[in-house]
Amino acid sequence: MSISPRTASWLQASPFALIMVALVMIPLAIIILVSFMDYGFAEIIPELYWGNYLDIFKSQLTLDLYLTVFRHIVIVWTITLLLGFTIAYYLIFHVRSNFWRAIFLMACAIPFWTSGSIRMISWVPLLGREGLVNQALMALGIVDEPISWLLYSEFSVLLVYVNMLTLAMLGPIANSMAKISPAIIQAARDQGATEWQTITQIIIPLIKPGIAVGSIFIITAVMGDGFIVKALSGNQVNTPAGAIMNEINAFMYPPAAAKSVIMLIIVMLIVGTLLRVVDIRKELARN
Amino acid sequence: MTEIKTKGISRRTVLKGAAATVGAAVGSGAITGFPTYWAQASKDITITHIGSIYTTNPTVAEQANKDLGFTIQMQTLDNTTLINRLLTQPETVDVADFGNTSMGYFKNKGILMAIPVKEYKYWDQTVPLFTQGTYADGKPYSMEGYAPIKSQFWADETAQEYSLTPTDYLVGIPVMYNADTLGVRPDLVSHKVTSWKELVSSDFAGKVALQDGVNVGVPDAAVALQAAGLMTYVDKGNMTREEIDKTIDLLIELKRAGQFRSFWTNFDQSVQLMASGEVVLQSMFAPAVTEVRTRGIECQYLPLEEGSRGWYIFQSAMAHLDGGDKLRRDCVMEYMNWTNSGFNGVYFSRQGFYSSVPDLMKAQMDPNDYGYWYEGKAATADIIDPFGKVMEKAGALRDGGSLWDRMGNVGIWNTLMDEDRYLVRRWQDFISA
Repeated sequence: MSISPRTASWLQASPFALIMVALVMIPLAIIILVSFMDYGFAEIIPELYWGNYLDIFKSQLTLDLYLTVFRHIVIVWTITLLLGFTIAYYLIFHVRSNFWRAIFLMACAIPFWTSGSIRMISWVPLLGREGLVNQALMALGIVDEPISWLLYSEFSVLLVYVNMLTLAMLGPIANSMAKISPAIIQAARDQGATEWQTITQIIIPLIKPGIAVGSIFIITAVMGDGFIVKALSGNQVNTPAGAIMNEINAFMYPPAAAKSVIMLIIVMLIVGTLLRVVDIRKELARN
Repeated sequence: MTEIKTKGISRRTVLKGAAATVGAAVGSGAITGFPTYWAQASKDITITHIGSIYTTNPTVAEQANKDLGFTIQMQTLDNTTLINRLLTQPETVDVADFGNTSMGYFKNKGILMAIPVKEYKYWDQTVPLFTQGTYADGKPYSMEGYAPIKSQFWADETAQEYSLTPTDYLVGIPVMYNADTLGVRPDLVSHKVTSWKELVSSDFAGKVALQDGVNVGVPDAAVALQAAGLMTYVDKGNMTREEIDKTIDLLIELKRAGQFRSFWTNFDQSVQLMASGEVVLQSMFAPAVTEVRTRGIECQYLPLEEGSRGWYIFQSAMAHLDGGDKLRRDCVMEYMNWTNSGFNGVYFSRQGFYSSVPDLMKAQMDPNDYGYWYEGKAATADIIDPFGKVMEKAGALRDGGSLWDRMGNVGIWNTLMDEDRYLVRRWQDFISA
C-alpha cells in the first residue's frame, strides 16, 4: 500500500496543525469573542459591547501605558544591544579557547541560577535605602543621604530588565558571529582594514539576523512582562501587561481581553516589521 | 527541635484533658451521632477543600483525616485563582473558603449551597459579629465596607440574594476574623502615630506603603484622607463615582509628590518593606507585624482613633452537593462542623487570628496561650506559634489588648464596592500616574 505524496505531507503537517488549532487558535478566538462582551461582578455578559475598545482608543491611560512600555523597550534594547554585542565580540574574536568561551557564557547565565522570587527579593538589600549601594555611596562621601530612586522606581525596573535580558540578546548575536568564516576577517585584515572598519563594514552586516532575533526576544519579553515591573516598581509603574493583570485580578475579563487583543496586534506588527527587514529563515539555514 | 516536640506532646495532653472535660471530640477519632454503617460507607469519600494559605495546611488536613475517617484533600490557592476556580469549575470543589472582598461575586450565581442553620452545630456559640451584626456588648458595628452581617444570610434556600436580617440559611460558616491597622517602626518615626491621617502626612513622605489593590488599599487610603480632612464620604466602603474620582485625584497628587514608597502585593513584600526600613508606616496584616518582630526588629500594631479595618473568612459548601450524592453532602457538613470544633481554631488562634467560637477555644487552649491571644493578659511563659517558633517572651502583652478591645472598634471592613468596575478603571490611572 502506498500513500500519495500529497496525503503524506498532509499527514505530516497534521499533528502540529492540531496542536496549533487546539492550543492557540481556539483560545485566541475565545479571547477575541470575550473582548466584545459586557461584564458585571466576576461575570461576562454575552452581549455585543464596544465599550472595552472605546475605552482603549479614547483614554489617556492607553497612551500612557504604551508610552511607558515603549520607553522601556527603547532603553532596554539599546543597553542590551551594546552589552550583548561587546560581550559577544569579545567571546568570539578575542577568547581563543573554546573552554574559556563556554565558561564565560555560563557566567552570563548566573542570574538564572536561582529562582525568580529570590532574584526579586535580593535587589532590596542591594538597592534599598539601607542597601549596599547606598551604604557605599555614603561611606565614600558621594552622597549625604540615601538615594531613594535606586529602588521602587522606573530605574530599578530597567536595571532588572537589563540584568535578565542581556543574555537573550547576547546569545543570538554570538551565534551569528560564530558563523562568520575566519577567512573573511583575515581577508579584511590583509586588505588593511582596521578592527573598527572590520566591525562596522563586515561583522555588523553579517550579524543582522542575530540582532533581529535578540530584538524580538527583548521586545516580546518587555511587552509581555507584568511581574518584574510590578515587583520592582512597588506597583507604581503601569504597563499594558500590568494593566491586563490588574483587570484579571478583579475578574474583569472583557476589558482585559480587549487590551490583550490590541497588544497582540502591536507585537505582531513589530515582529512582522523586523522579519521583513531580516530574513531569519535564511539565517537559520546557514551553517 | 526535640524540646519543642515534647512541648507539643505535653500540650496535647493538656488539650486532651480539657477536651475530655468539655466532651469535645478532639483527636478521639470518634464520629459522633452517626451509626457505624455510615462510617464504613464514608471511608472512600474524598472531600476537596480549596482555601487560602491561612486556612489550608498539612497539619490541619492530617488531623481532620484522623478525626473524620474520610479524606480531606486541601489545596492552597491565591485568592484570584480560587475565585476563578469557583466561578468556572464549582463542581470540582466541595468546600471553599474566602474573605469579605469576594462576597460580591456569589450573588445570583448559584455556586454556593445555602447551609441550613440547624445543620451547623456551633451557631449558638458564634460571636454576634456574625449572628446579630453587633459587637459582644450588643453595640452595632460600622456598616462601611463588606460588614459580616451583609453577607452572612441567604434570603432563602435558592441562595441568590443576601439578607441583612437573620434567616435559616447561612452563606458560609464564619471561620476566622481580625482587625487590621497600621504597622509602625517605633524606632524610625519622628512622633507617636495615633491616627490614619499620618499615612498622607508630609512628615512621612516617601516612607509609607499601602496594599496594592482596591479592596484593602483604597479603603485604607480613604480612611486616611478623611482623617486628614481632605475628603468627606457618605460611605467610604461603597463610594459614589464622584467620591472615587476625588479620591483617586488626591492619591495621584500624593503619589506625584513622592508620598508612597511602595504598594505591596503579598505578605512577604510587606514584611520586607518594614524589616528593611524602606517604610516606617504602612497598612499591614497582623501576622506580618509578628514576622517583623520575630526577626528582632521593633514593630508595633497601632490602635488608631478612626478604628481598624475588619475582615473575616467564611467557609462554604458548593451548590452541586445539594443535588448530588447524599453521603458526600453529609460528609461535607460533618467536615464543616469539624472546622470550628477545636483543633483548627486552636491552630490558627496561635498565629494571631480570632475564632468565631472563642469560648470553645478557651476550653481547649493552653491558658497561657488563650490569655495572651484572646484576653489581653501578659504571657506567663513563652508564646510559641504552631510551627514551634518563639513569638513572644514571658511577660509580653498582645498589641491592642483583648479580643473585644481589638475587634470592638472597626471603622471600615474590607470592601468590594458596587462601583468596583469604575474604581478598578480609575485605579489603573493611579498606577500609571
